[in-house]
Amino acid sequence: MLSFAWIIPLLPLLAFITIVFFTRRNQKLSSLISIGAICLSWIFSVIVIASVLKNPVPSEFEFTWLNLMGFQVKMGILIDSLTAIMLFVVCTVSSLVHIYSVGYMQGDPRFSRFFSFLSLFSFSMLGLVLANNFVEIFVFWELVGLTSYLLIGFWFEKKTASDAGKKAFITTRTGDLGFIVGILILTTAAGTFNFREMFHAVETGQIPFGILTLGAIFLFAGAVGKSAQFPLHVWLPDAMEGPTPVSALIHAATMVAAGVYLVARTMTIYLAAPNAALVVASIGCITAFMAASIGLVQNDIKRVLAYSTISQLGYMIMVLGLGGYTAGTFHLYTHAFFKALLFLGAGSVIHATQTNDIWEMGGLYPKMKITAITFIIASLSIAGIFPLSGFWSKDEILTVASHYPNPIFLIVGILVAGMTAFYMFRLCFVTFFGKPRDQHKFEHAHESPKVMTVPLMILAFLSVFAGWVGIPWLQHGYGSFVFHQEPHHAEPNYILMIVSTLVALSGIYLAYAMYYKKSISPEKLKAKFPFPYKVLYNKYYFDELYQIIIINPIMKLSGFLFNRVDVGVVDRLVNGAGNFTVFLSDVKEWFDSHIVDGAVNGIASLARGTGSGLRRIQTGQLQNYAFVIFFGLVLIILFKLS
Amino acid sequence: MNFPILSLMTFIPLLGMVVILFTKEGQDKLVRYLAAFFTFIPLVLSFILLSRYQGSTSQIQFVEKFDWIPSLGITYFMGADGLSVPMLFLTALLGFLSVIYSFGDIKEKVKQYFAFLLLLEVGMMGVFSALDFFLFYIFWEIVLVPMYFLIGIWGHGRKEYSAIKFFLYTLFGSLFMLIGILALYFNVEPHTLNIMVLIEKTPLLTRSFQLLTFAAFFVAFAVKVPIFPFHTWLPDAHVDAPTAVSVILAGILLKMGTYGFLRISYPMFPQGAMYFAIPIAILALINIVYGALVCMAQKDLKKMIAYSSVSHMGYCMLGIAAVTVTGISGCVFQMVSHGLITGALFLLVGVLYERAHTREIGAFGGLWIKLPVYSGLMILFCLGSLGLPGMSGFISEFMVFIGSYPAFKVIVPLAVIGVVITAAYFLRMIQAMFLGTFNTKWEGLSEISAREIFTVVPLAILMIGIGVFPSPLANMIKATVENIVHLAVR
Amino acid sequence: MIGLNHFLTLSTILFCIGIFGVLTRRNAIGILMSIELMFNAVNINFVAFSRFVTPTALVGQIFAIFIITIAAAEATVGLAIVLLIYRNFKGINVDNINIMKW
Repeated sequence: MLSFAWIIPLLPLLAFITIVFFTRRNQKLSSLISIGAICLSWIFSVIVIASVLKNPVPSEFEFTWLNLMGFQVKMGILIDSLTAIMLFVVCTVSSLVHIYSVGYMQGDPRFSRFFSFLSLFSFSMLGLVLANNFVEIFVFWELVGLTSYLLIGFWFEKKTASDAGKKAFITTRTGDLGFIVGILILTTAAGTFNFREMFHAVETGQIPFGILTLGAIFLFAGAVGKSAQFPLHVWLPDAMEGPTPVSALIHAATMVAAGVYLVARTMTIYLAAPNAALVVASIGCITAFMAASIGLVQNDIKRVLAYSTISQLGYMIMVLGLGGYTAGTFHLYTHAFFKALLFLGAGSVIHATQTNDIWEMGGLYPKMKITAITFIIASLSIAGIFPLSGFWSKDEILTVASHYPNPIFLIVGILVAGMTAFYMFRLCFVTFFGKPRDQHKFEHAHESPKVMTVPLMILAFLSVFAGWVGIPWLQHGYGSFVFHQEPHHAEPNYILMIVSTLVALSGIYLAYAMYYKKSISPEKLKAKFPFPYKVLYNKYYFDELYQIIIINPIMKLSGFLFNRVDVGVVDRLVNGAGNFTVFLSDVKEWFDSHIVDGAVNGIASLARGTGSGLRRIQTGQLQNYAFVIFFGLVLIILFKLS
Repeated sequence: MNFPILSLMTFIPLLGMVVILFTKEGQDKLVRYLAAFFTFIPLVLSFILLSRYQGSTSQIQFVEKFDWIPSLGITYFMGADGLSVPMLFLTALLGFLSVIYSFGDIKEKVKQYFAFLLLLEVGMMGVFSALDFFLFYIFWEIVLVPMYFLIGIWGHGRKEYSAIKFFLYTLFGSLFMLIGILALYFNVEPHTLNIMVLIEKTPLLTRSFQLLTFAAFFVAFAVKVPIFPFHTWLPDAHVDAPTAVSVILAGILLKMGTYGFLRISYPMFPQGAMYFAIPIAILALINIVYGALVCMAQKDLKKMIAYSSVSHMGYCMLGIAAVTVTGISGCVFQMVSHGLITGALFLLVGVLYERAHTREIGAFGGLWIKLPVYSGLMILFCLGSLGLPGMSGFISEFMVFIGSYPAFKVIVPLAVIGVVITAAYFLRMIQAMFLGTFNTKWEGLSEISAREIFTVVPLAILMIGIGVFPSPLANMIKATVENIVHLAVR
Repeated sequence: MIGLNHFLTLSTILFCIGIFGVLTRRNAIGILMSIELMFNAVNINFVAFSRFVTPTALVGQIFAIFIITIAAAEATVGLAIVLLIYRNFKGINVDNINIMKW
């Protein structure tokens, strides 16, 4: 019954093909096709979620794609509750971003191309979500990488933009290296690419524990790359160079969600390999803390949001590593809405002020009320304030962390919650309140058109209410829909709720005090702790570090291999062999002309000398010859007679 | 089947060469159309070949067999199986496209150029369809002659040097093959040069003989593939050859090496295949990673693509070395895929070089603004080459990895690094040439012409076609590959 | 009585004169004539031997007639050559005819 779900990714693909080949010249038509396709997909995704709610048994459809002896790849779709939720999230955010882009990209010469790429992006992500096996998920995984490359570098005339695209692609591909190896290890051990068959093999213990752990860790490397986890997080902040709707899409529903989705999808493997799960949780924990701390001091509105994404993704990865399947996916679901809203709001602000630097904004609240209010709603939600959706999902995460024997995860979780509240409200206060810092930009600022603000309002609505499906007191909420092995009903932990809310509120208050009331001077803090500030401001020097320890050596190595080894040694050997042959032939030439040929010529000249002596007796006089004959005859006769 | 399709495919270009040589000097247009006509017929025939080929069996099909020199046991034996049919098709396709491309590229000594190009096609078709060592060797060597002149006369740069290097290097390799062939001839009773008969008999020979002969054939094929450290002729020859010849060189000539491994070395010497598995896999790994790293250091676009061939052919060797159905299928996929993609990349490099007269990557910038169609095609093929899913390169690399991982649990994960480096150097190139601010020096560049688009579009369609629907090709090669594996693990 | 010895002596003298002529004459016709002398010396020998050794059979005489015929043919050819030499070398002195030398 759900087999029609393959239409969901197909529609954006068709839109992409149509735009590229037919309607490229007609901007309006192109955007309408693109939006129409994704909206249709959204309707289908709603149907899917409704029918999965009715009948939560996972369903799978597949056909054989490639069949060789011992190697059979099937392509198909797997629909369970996780897929259904993800389809809904991706389609919702994607269609709102599509609509928003009509306003944001107005007047861009490559308007149609932008929409075609957006469609391709949606196609890839939807395909990824529906995939039922490792090959298929990898195919779409790479396509997501490609489209993000194209979209981040959309304004490719800007070097920073094309650099960022390249960086995103190469960094995520470095993670994919591990992903491929992980697939190789796991599928070789299990003998199948199919998720459910593999999970079955894992659950029945067919895969040796060591191999399983190794495979799981390698597999996780793919997620580290895509979901911008430490140490491969460096591409995500740079990806801000793309148009803002793209950032919204990348950060909220596509691309970075893929990594989290992968870990959630392969949860069975991590549950069976606790060591690997611990690695996952630790990486998530480190990432959450590191990114949040960097976010505290950044000045670019989108960069702050980027680090907040990394940090929130770290949350999700951490909780998945701790076994919190429901909590992780729940946060992925709520985060998609408020993060999309934050980015689209930021886009609206940037659109109005033509700058990314928060210190050139300020006092924008009266000029762009819708943007400001929705932005603040999203900030409250991400900060985890009761009763917005962020509160419920964050609470779930902290509950799971509190069950883990080692309190480090819980402590970091709460700390990160506080930091998140602080930097989000720092952003709000600096951007929307206070005095305008750049009068010129302030006067230019204006509220964005309806096509941009309506998506903001829809997302704001979702940011408030989407999380309510996961309220712990609801018996048939999120936890009984998306779960692993058995329905999850979190016991509401009131102490934790109160603590986390207090921490968040104090974060907000600190931001209020520093950036609104100015009772604490941020400048003084900066001067007091110059070293931590510098380290945070320079993002722990990751980019510089990678430049020194990875990129430069590789470039040097490649230059060395080419100039010294390839041209210098291998080719020189080849040429040397050639030259040696030439030398040998010279030696042989001398030997030939002086010794071998000398002998030949010697014999010839001997014959010649003899001949030139003897020819003198040839007088040509017939009579001489006759005389000799006669004389000879006489001699013979005399000889005979005697 | 009585219709001698393989002989026709092989010798129609020869007929074309003779006809072209009889035209009057100066009738360039006529010569071009004649060349196109005489390469188009084999292309049509190759479609017939594809449609009539029975993929369900590993039997040799389209057999033509006559006694030739009976006293020496030499026969005229042509035939095709799942390994040669895709190669024959690729040869016919690239042969035709490179003739079409050469319409605009070659302006002097047109007659001789096309005559040599047709002769080249004769040799390549022959190599892929001959099943008698005598015939095989003749065709193998025929290829060198026109190639030598094509590079030496119509090339660029140090063309004479490159032509001689190419010729001597490959000749050096094929001498080892000759020794191998003679050794086989005298050690099998009754003396025969029939490859199919030899395959049945050679595994009975002693182990040391098998290893030695395997090594001799290895040198011959390794030079052609090329396998590190026999690869240095390749960048020189590719870079200095005229565009169409680079296409054929990369698209088909390199495949002759891997074809030789799959047709001769592995089925004939199972002992050698087993004994040399790890060394060959290590060499393949070096090819992949080393080739990719060297690419990164290139400043010349054509040279970069030439070195990328070294890296990509490494995947073929890795797939072969493992001797699994998946690995060898991956290798055949990679042979086809690399022929399509690299052929197209060389064509596109030629397009740019013809207009800008430079190939230096750093000299360009922001071309996507000025030449959107050209840049789009180039980026498409670069993405194909770096193994993006949805295109043929991905399938072949993935199959190679899957197929060879069980055999080489350390080498394969290391080889995967090559995938990242490949992405890095292609993206660097794309960024330097097509993205960023437009270099106004190239204001006068004209967009790719319809004829040039015509030469790359079939390649793009096939690349994506195989990438999305690999089954037809897989079904075609399946039985043959299974047979090769079956023979090679005796 | 004239016996065989007288004939033999005569033919020997004739033969020697012929030889002498062949070896010493510089004129080609002279040489030819000297050769004729030698032929005739031989003829005398044949006839004489026939007469004194086998008087009943005429073998020697018939042989002599053959030789005379051959000599005539030979003289014809020889004179034709001499004629051509004369035309080409403007003379028949054999000393000048040395183109085969070296």
